[in-house]
This record gives sequence, structure tokens and C-alpha cells, in this order.
Amino acid sequence: MIKSKIKNLGTISEINGSLITVKGLEKIVRLHDLIKVKKYNIIGEIIQIYSNRINIQCFENTEHLKLNEKVIYLEEPLSMELGPGLLSNVFDGIQRPLDKIYELEKSGFIKRGIDIPSLSRDKKWDFKPLKKINDILNSGDVIGIVEENPTISHYILVPPGIEGKLVYIREEGEYTVLEDLYKVNIKGNAQNFNMIQKWPVTKNRPFYKKLIPKEPLITGQRILDLLFPIVKGGTVAVPGGFGTGKTVIQQSLAKWCSADIIIFIGCGERGNEIADVLQQFAKLIDPRSGRPLLERIVLIANTSNMPISARESSIFSGITIAEYYRDMGYDVTLQADSTSRWAEALREISGLLEEMPAEGGYPAYLPSRLSSFYERAGIIETLGKDNLKNNKIGSLTVIGSISPPAGDFSEPITSNTKRFVQTFWALDAELAYEKHYPAVNWLESYSNYPRYIRDWWSKIDLNWPEIEFDWFDCRAQINEILSRENELKNMTQLVGQENLPEEQQLDIFIAKIIKEAILIQNAFDDIDAFTGPIKMIALIKIILLLYRESKKLLEEDFYVKDIRGLNIIEEILRIKNTIPNEEVEKIGIIKDNLMNELKSLKRIHGVIGK
Amino acid sequence: MTVIYNKINQIIGPLVFLENKHSVQYGEVVNIIMNNGESRNGKVVRLNEEVILIEIFEDTKGISATNSELFFTNDTFKLNISKDMMGGTFNSLGKPIDIETKKLLKVDIIPEVRRDINGIPINPFARIYPNNVIQTGISGIDGLFTLIRGQKLPIFSGQGISHNELAAQIVTQAKVFTDESFLIIFCGIGIIHDEAISYIDKFRMSGNVQNIISFINFADDPVMERLMIPHVALTTAEYFAFDKDMHVLVVLIDMTNYAEALRELSLAKEEIPSRKGYPGHIYSDFARIYERSGLIKGSKGSVTQIPILTMPNDDITHVIPDTTGYITDGQIVLSRDLQKKEIYPPFEILASLSRLMKDAIGEDNTREDHSDVSSQLIASYSYALDARDLVSIVGEESLNAEQRSLLKFADVFEKTFLNQSIEENRSISETLDIAWKVLSYLPKNKLNRIHKKYIEKFYQRG
Ligand SMILES: Nc1ncnc2c1ncn2[C@@H]1O[C@H](COP(=O)(O)OP(=O)(O)O)[C@@H](O)[C@H]1O
Ligand SMILES: [Mg+2]
Repeated sequence: MIKSKIKNLGTISEINGSLITVKGLEKIVRLHDLIKVKKYNIIGEIIQIYSNRINIQCFENTEHLKLNEKVIYLEEPLSMELGPGLLSNVFDGIQRPLDKIYELEKSGFIKRGIDIPSLSRDKKWDFKPLKKINDILNSGDVIGIVEENPTISHYILVPPGIEGKLVYIREEGEYTVLEDLYKVNIKGNAQNFNMIQKWPVTKNRPFYKKLIPKEPLITGQRILDLLFPIVKGGTVAVPGGFGTGKTVIQQSLAKWCSADIIIFIGCGERGNEIADVLQQFAKLIDPRSGRPLLERIVLIANTSNMPISARESSIFSGITIAEYYRDMGYDVTLQADSTSRWAEALREISGLLEEMPAEGGYPAYLPSRLSSFYERAGIIETLGKDNLKNNKIGSLTVIGSISPPAGDFSEPITSNTKRFVQTFWALDAELAYEKHYPAVNWLESYSNYPRYIRDWWSKIDLNWPEIEFDWFDCRAQINEILSRENELKNMTQLVGQENLPEEQQLDIFIAKIIKEAILIQNAFDDIDAFTGPIKMIALIKIILLLYRESKKLLEEDFYVKDIRGLNIIEEILRIKNTIPNEEVEKIGIIKDNLMNELKSLKRIHGVIGK
Repeated sequence: MTVIYNKINQIIGPLVFLENKHSVQYGEVVNIIMNNGESRNGKVVRLNEEVILIEIFEDTKGISATNSELFFTNDTFKLNISKDMMGGTFNSLGKPIDIETKKLLKVDIIPEVRRDINGIPINPFARIYPNNVIQTGISGIDGLFTLIRGQKLPIFSGQGISHNELAAQIVTQAKVFTDESFLIIFCGIGIIHDEAISYIDKFRMSGNVQNIISFINFADDPVMERLMIPHVALTTAEYFAFDKDMHVLVVLIDMTNYAEALRELSLAKEEIPSRKGYPGHIYSDFARIYERSGLIKGSKGSVTQIPILTMPNDDITHVIPDTTGYITDGQIVLSRDLQKKEIYPPFEILASLSRLMKDAIGEDNTREDHSDVSSQLIASYSYALDARDLVSIVGEESLNAEQRSLLKFADVFEKTFLNQSIEENRSISETLDIAWKVLSYLPKNKLNRIHKKYIEKFYQRG
């Protein structure tokens, strides 16, 4: 179809920072579609349409532009290119490949107006067809496989909305993303398809139905898996002042959590952190696949010094890519560090538009934007079937950091996000000051998921005859001890710990062990960085056992200082960073030693008499 | 082509409004020649069919609506940069000045390059993760909050706290371990004349002045210049780092003055203010400065930043330190309490942090025990502060032996480890040796953050 080019051209009538006003296109454009400033190749998004002009937010800096310069209407909204070649890559907020930009520019800086396709046009992928001619195809069906890398198989799916009879499909072989792969007869019209699907970032990708979460997303962070667990398909907010450990938590999860695929968005944060992830993840080996972690990650980097409008897009760009892998039947996490920077970009743009500000200067539509983001999480049954005609189950877990000004959680981003998430990991500056990391405040944080995953956890156990209750009960006990310790805090301050009754001293002592042995976890220690479910249960049980037995001892007129003097305590404290996940039986030995030490304590006292 | 105008509609603060009759570029630099022969520069910040809005870099006093001529230069602002700048002192626009008289020198820099001062963002993919130490000779920094090449590590201070001494000490003592070339760029933002003279004097006395470039924006210089000078300093830094492969340390003092200028301009433009009248985009403005640091693939140099700021009312949650802390790779906080105890430099240990040190210290870089020692010092000091609090409530008598040893430890730590003279330049090894002397006030079995093998090797060594 040949369109009159003239019809698609407008001219600039105002420039105000990244916001430009254009005349001549107002009659034909759709909101949120893209335009391009012809001379400099700058892309922008239409954000307001008036009767005589449109307002455009440019994704790059507007210096040197002049009035009356030509603007081309691109007739489509910002969309992601979905297909093989996303993994291990790093894109900016509008999916420009930063590695390719670096190669092209031969410079460490991003000049403006670079136009490179998101997915490589030259790379050939080994495509294996899984359907035959005359097969009836439904949206979401797996039509073939590309091994995107040795870790992840990339399922080529029939795009949403497409149904019909397969009339042609290529044989197994090497193809680029743009080569036609198969042809579908849709109501009498044959249509060609290649490996790429284009999908607008603000539109949710459809699925068949939402399911109830049953499985935890194991984070390997003890305080999280024990006290504030998340599920596959869940939502989490991680608020905290600067230096409280948001980024370290996000990175730890990206490294070790039990998802298949990670979409990591550096949204308005540091360039060095992106370099850190790229460098570390290329080196670190995923214990499950034996392959570099980088093979299961897609990075989106729109750092704080990059243009704000692309920062605003980066969150939705990321979640669209995440949904695409979810639709293949993978467990995907989307990690956004930090959603506050996204909201601030929204605020800056809103300010340029001179919109009426609501709370904190943020636009009134902030909550609805936030919910449209978090609501895309979930565990779902996808459209279509896999190659064995089974239903596909995929999940998308969303974990967003929040950077509240002055660390104050009553500000608009934190308080609005709370309305849309099920889990809240409140990071606390006091704990961070004490170098208690992860600085998750156990009194302020919460998770609504424990009852969903109790059954899953009840299957994770080690058969220690001495102590029998499951994860759910362990949780309750640990919570109880911690909250008692909190109640005693003021009292301790007033009279000194030594002057409290023995049972209360025991609570304080055990709470201290819980903090040291379980809650504090060093993300940079090879062993401590990730604690698997079994090791965690073992660690908790050994402490609860110590607690139970100590209580008995107190009843027999022993003192807390006797228990404090046990040699085994130091060993218990060092379990976290000396015993690897695979060697849990060693914790069993420590448990036996604990029981023996307790016995001999009684014996000695029994002999010499108290 | 240069377009000439001679009618100004309005002048409000640093903003000049013109009727739009010609085709100008967004961001273009404008020269204004006043009828007394003086000239000013500005740039186009808003453009529509009726009006051109220009921000004037320099003083707008004397500009009148009818007697000024405006020349559009057809280009954005460019800074002249050359190797000859080393050892020199410059104003906010990169022109050589005489520090004692504040006058422009009659010499001109013959540029090797001309660069846009706003820079362009570094491609995150092109960054190299920083992992080499810069030694400052100051135990608190080198031992606990180690400065890394390519890092942006700010110092949060307060009025009357000794940050000027500290800044000068860092500038004169800082060095890299390799024999690569090292350059210091000192950027004074809104500083008073006396201070500026005293800084430059110290640099001259240091014997290292040839490796220092100073940019000075005086407290009574115009607002717009205050906003430009960090970018002028960093554009220069990027040139020496990424074109000339040098390690460049940029000290920016005082970022609070920059932020105040930003607020003034924002209010003049009638932007919607965010916290405390500062614009919502202060985060992006700061980021455009602080993110101009790091290492880039393909060049051997680095840009390291130490921005120094004074916290209004010593409040770390104030917009300026808060926003800074969210962008920088850690922060070093100075304490008024320690300053009162005559401890110099008065580092507020618990609030301070160097995010990049963990991978850059240790056996191959500083010393094997460095990482454990620093976390133990901080952890024990934190316990000691709790014990100090307790003393004030229940009295020293009700402390147990462990708590008493902590109190002793904290005193010695402050007096011998943190405290040092303005001239004292300690090697990292000396710093760690002092650390062990201090740690030896604690029983061995309380050093649980230190690997046993280092305890065997270093404990009681002194
Ligand atoms: N789990 C952890 N183990 C050890 N150190 C940590 C941990 N979490 C945070 N830290 C320390 O805190 C610093 C700041 O953490 P970071 O995640 O960058 O904070 P934020 O993103 O909230 O500003 C890190 O550089 C590290 O020194
Ligand atoms: Mg962070």
C-alpha cells in the first residue's frame, strides 16, 4: 500500500526540553503512537492531541532542533520486538541494543538518533518445526523451537489473535528472525509469519486464565523465604532509603531465585550497577544448568543520566518481554530497580505538560499507572498448547524497588504501591547502619502468601525425630520470639538485660541467635549468599530445638548463662557461611552435638549439684 | 550565519524573553552585547512561534530591553580544552583567571578540542566495573570507606565541620598505586574568595600543582554559572580520562550551592516545586553530574568524583544529601559530635558507606585482611555505641566485661585510628596496622567477622 508521504508529515511549533509541539498531524494521529524528527532521527511518543496541535515526548535530547522542522508520523505505538536474541542482552528503555550501539559508535557514549533494530537481523537461529502442514493452529501454540542458548529453549508461538490451518512450514534449519517460517490460512487468507512478534508495551499480552498460586518463588534469602515469602506469580515492593540494600536484594534474587528467566530493569539508577550485573552474571554459574547466569537474563538499562521519557517506558518494555517468555510456559521474574525513578519520570513529563499535580507533585493518574504495572503479574494458563498438546503454565513475578525520599514510607509511591502488592519488604536504615543485612525490618514487612504455600513447604523436611513441626509452625514460633524480644526492648534499656527474669533473658538470647544465624545474611559470601529450602529448615529447627531444650533447662533451675556458655553456639552461628546447601547432613551432626552437650551439661550439674 | 536582534521583551532574573522572528536552534548560545560594550552569554531554553526564552549564564545586571544587541552563534556552548590547562585556575566558563584579583587573565587556552559541556550519557554496556583503589592517606577513608577509581563518593558535611581541610588533604595526598598519570580537578562551586585563595595556596605549596586544574565559581558569581561549572569541570575530566588515558579525581565543593542555584532558577521559571521548593527534576540534574564518572571500555583512564556538600541543619534526610545518596556509590558522613571531641577527620562511621570497595580491596589490591578488618571495626564500633548509650542510662557499673572492653575499644578507635593530623599521610598498610592495635582491645573470640587465619596472623601484632 502506498501512502501519500505528505499526509504523514507535521512541523515543529514549540520546543520545551524533551517536549515538542507539532502541527499538521493532529487530524490523523492516535494517542501513544510514535513520531520521528526527520533531521536527527529522534523518536518521540504522542502524549496529547489537541484540535490544532499534538504534544510529543521525545526519547532523546532535543538540542539543535528548530521550529518548522519536519516530523514523520510512524503510525504505531512503542512496541517490543519479541523473538530469539533477547536473552543475555542489554537494551535501553525503548529496546535499542546497547552492545550494538557500542560496536557501531566505537565509543563509550550514546550519541543521539541511533537507529538499530532490537534483534539482530543477521544472526541465524536453528529452528526446529514442531507442527505439520494441515495442523490446526491456535493462538499461543508452540509451532517450533529455537535453542536461544544452552540454558533456554525459545518456543516460537503462534501470535495472539491468530488461528487457522498451517499451510506451509520450513524444515529444520538456520533462519534469521525476519525470514518467513510458516504460513497460516486465516479464514481463506494465507499469511506469512517469521520469528518476531511485535507487541505494544502498554497492552497486556492475553492468556487463557489466571490460576491460584501454590508454589513459592524461592529466593535463597532466609528472612524472605521464612518470614515474608513470595510465590511464583506474586507481587512485591521493596522500599528503602539509600544504602539500605534494595539493589543487593534485587541482584541476589536475579542470581539465585527459582525462576527460569529474569528481566532486570535498571530504571533511572546507576550505570556502574549495570556493569556489575553484566560482569558478574557472565562469570557466575547457575547451579541448575551449569551455565552462566547471563543466559537466563534480559537487561534493560535506562540509567539516571539517560533521557527520562525512555526511563518512563523502560518498565513497560520490560514487562512486555517478561509476558512473552511467560507465554512459553516459563517462570519469569521482572525486577525493577527502582520504580520511584519511573514515577519521577512520569512527574517530570507531567510537569512539562503543566498538568494539575496531585500529591507530591505526581500526576493524579499515578495510582492507575502503578496498578497497570503490578496487575500484569500472576500465574496463568497460557493460550495454546505446548508441543505435546499439554496446557502451558507460566508465571510472572513482579518485584519493584521503591526509593522513598528521606526513607519515609508515607510518600505517594510507597503508599500507592502498597495497594497493589501482596508482599512488602520494608528496608530499614537503622538496621543498615548496624550492618544488619538484608535490612528487612521484620516488624514492618508482610507477606500475604504463607497460607498458599504451606502444602508445598510441608514436603520439605528432614526427618529429625527431636523436632517435628513444619515450615508454617517454624515461622509462627520465630515470629513469636522476635515480637517478644521487641516488647522487651524498652525494659532492657531501662533495667539492663542482666536484671530481667531468666525466661525473658532466654527470649532475648534466642532472638539474638535468630538474628545472627538466620536473618543476617551476607550477599557477598560464597556460601551464605544463597540458602536452599532444606538447609534453611535445618537451621531454623536447630535453633528452635535449642530454644525448647533451654526452656526445659530453665525449669530445672539452670541459668541462661549456662546455655550461653555452650561451645556449640558458636558452631550454630557459623552454619550459614560454613556448610554448603548440599551438605545438610553436617547440620544433623551439629544437632546431635547440641543434644549431647545439653545432656552433659545436665550430667555435670547433676554431679556437682546446683 | 549569525542572526542579530535588538529587541528584548522581558527580563526576569536570569531569563530573557525575545520575540521570535528568526530560525534559531534549541540550546543555541546567544551573545548579548550591551551598550557599555560588556558582553554576556546565554542559551535558548524554550522556543515557540511567538517567543524565544534565553537563560543568561552570567550576570544580567545592566542588560536593558532596548540597548542590547543579541547575536545567535548557531551552535551550543562549547568548552575549549587543552593540556596547557594543567596547573591553572579557571572560571565557570573555562577562562583562565587570577585567583587573588578574580580577574580574567589575558592569555587564552589554545584548544586541542572543543566539547559540549552537557556531555552525552555513557553507554552502560561500555562501562567497566571499577575495582582499583585510590589511596587518600586518611585511615578512615582508606580503611573503612575505600575510594575506588571510577567511583562517585560524596562527603556529607555541615556548616563549621572540617570538610575544607579534608578536601584539601585529599587533593594533596591522593594517589594511585600504579605509575599511571593522575590528575586532580578541583571545582569550587559558589565558594567565598578567602576559601578559594586558601585552597589554591595549599595546592601551590603541595609541590604537585602541575597535576591540579582548578575551576572556581565565587559565591557572588551569577546563578547560571553555578549550574554550569560542574559540567565544565567534568567535561575537562572526561577529556583527560578518556582521550588522554589519565586517572582523574574531581573534587566538587559545595554541591549545596549548586542545588540552591537550581532552585532559584526553577522558581524563576515558575516550575512546580517539589520538596522544599527544589524542583522534582533535581534527581536527574544531580545524576547528569554524578554519572559522569567511571571507566569506559577502550580507554585506560578513569573519572572519580568526590562531591562535597553541606547538609542544611545537619539533616541527612534533606533533599540535597538524600538525592545525592540515592545516586552516588556510597557516602562519607561527617559528625559534629566527633568534631566537638576534636577528632579529625570526624567520620560518622555508621552512616558512611563505600559501595564499590568490596571487590576492590583484599589480597591482590590492598591487603588480605582489609575486608574483614573493616567490617569488624564497624560492627564493633556499632556495638560500642550501644554500650555508650547504656552507660548514660544505667551507669557504667552495670556493664559487663564485654561492654567495658567495647567502650575502651571505641575510645582508642576514635583517638588513634580515625584521628590524624592534617599533614599525616598514612599508607593503607599503616592504616591496617593501627586497626589491629585497636582491635586488640577486644577479646579474640569477639572478632567474629574476621577469618580465623587473619586473627592468628595479625592479632596483638602491635
Ligand atoms: N545482604 C547484604 N550483605 C552484605 N552487604 C550488603 C547486603 N545488602 C546490602 N549490603 C551493603 O549495603 C550497600 C548498599 O546496598 P544497595 O543494595 O546498593 O542499597 P540501595 O540500593 O538500597 O541504595 C552495599 O553496597 C553493601 O555494602
Ligand atoms: Mg540501589
